[in-house]
Amino acid sequence: MQRTTMDLWVGLFVITGIIALMILSLKVGNLNVYNPSQSYVITGNFENIGGLKVRAPVKSAGVVVGRVTDIQFSTQTYDAVVTMDMDSRFPFPKDTFASILTAGLLGEQYIGLAAGGDEVMLKNGDKIMKTNSAMVLEELIGRFLFNKAADDDSF
Amino acid sequence: MPRRIVSAVQHIGHRVIESIWRLGYASRFFILVLLKSGTSLRRFGLVMRELYFTGVLSLIIIVVSGLFVGMVLGLQGYETLQKYGSESAVGTLVALSLVRELGPVVAALLFASRAGSAITAEIGLMKATEQLAAMGMMAVDPVARVVAPRFWAGVISMPLLAAIFSVMGVFGGYLVTVVFIGVDEGSFWSQMQSAVDFRFDILNGFIKSCFFGVAVTAIAVFEGYDAPPTAEGVSGATTRTVVTSSLVILGLDFILTAFMFRGVS
Repeated sequence: MQRTTMDLWVGLFVITGIIALMILSLKVGNLNVYNPSQSYVITGNFENIGGLKVRAPVKSAGVVVGRVTDIQFSTQTYDAVVTMDMDSRFPFPKDTFASILTAGLLGEQYIGLAAGGDEVMLKNGDKIMKTNSAMVLEELIGRFLFNKAADDDSF
Repeated sequence: MPRRIVSAVQHIGHRVIESIWRLGYASRFFILVLLKSGTSLRRFGLVMRELYFTGVLSLIIIVVSGLFVGMVLGLQGYETLQKYGSESAVGTLVALSLVRELGPVVAALLFASRAGSAITAEIGLMKATEQLAAMGMMAVDPVARVVAPRFWAGVISMPLLAAIFSVMGVFGGYLVTVVFIGVDEGSFWSQMQSAVDFRFDILNGFIKSCFFGVAVTAIAVFEGYDAPPTAEGVSGATTRTVVTSSLVILGLDFILTAFMFRGVS
């Protein structure tokens, strides 16, 4: 085979491979949506995080504004300390309310942020004071049965 | 009776020593190839020629099997997910299983049987017909001239082939589930994009395929170089290349997966 034809085929092969890698990262992996280089870190203490995992999204109004980067257990307060990496394009007020929500009935859990009305914004390293724990199905059922029993007693 | 027991134990010991010796020989050969690859990287035309034979000629089998693997994944995933009413998650299923596991592993298995066996047979036959010895006589180092270019061509083409395999698989899944069955196109792509992470999934899959490329071509060139210079020896070496590299790919995949994805999700 001619040398130049071979070079052409190899060049085509390498270009195809690189295009495949780019398709994987841009179309399948959606690389450009969230750039962690420009971010600020905030933490929040939750009484119960349920099934929240590292890398779970942080959403506000359904839009992804950050990711959970670390989950630790605090022996001072005996609750979970969740560290979140927030996109610096989206600053949040100091009295933002963070709650652990579930996507769909059996879906993954994420942190939902509801902005407050404070003038002061959350800075890097700040802590969210108002948090709401994950909904645990057993507790919910337990509370429902308890209320039901209390209602029955009133007859 | 004790003599038979002694000889049986001796037999086991002999086998163990021989296999360990062979492993050490293979590792020393691998280091030798790395040390002598300077020439082949300077004269890149040599690697180019091998890239044509290992990379370009493997494209057909990689593209076709990627397409079919993706189509089957889409079909089976749809059948199961539809029972739970979440058939739009089929994009996530196809993309994650291809990018994390099936892309690197199946592409490497195909590469081992398509290109690895060819490398072994070629080098083994060169040895059997004393071409390697003739090169040595002419003061041309056969490891630098014959072995190293094939090694580097395999190492370069393996990650590219794995990426092409994954893309074709995702396209096959798209074809079956969205075009033929009629899953919603928007949720197919958006659920896939929100689930597949660049660093954890795509980069780890890429690293996996690089490891597999090194392992498969190192085994192939070693088996070829080490083959007994007979017709039977070359055929045995070719078989050993395919068997050993397939087992190494699967074992290495487990180890790499355990390191990469343990405790992540």
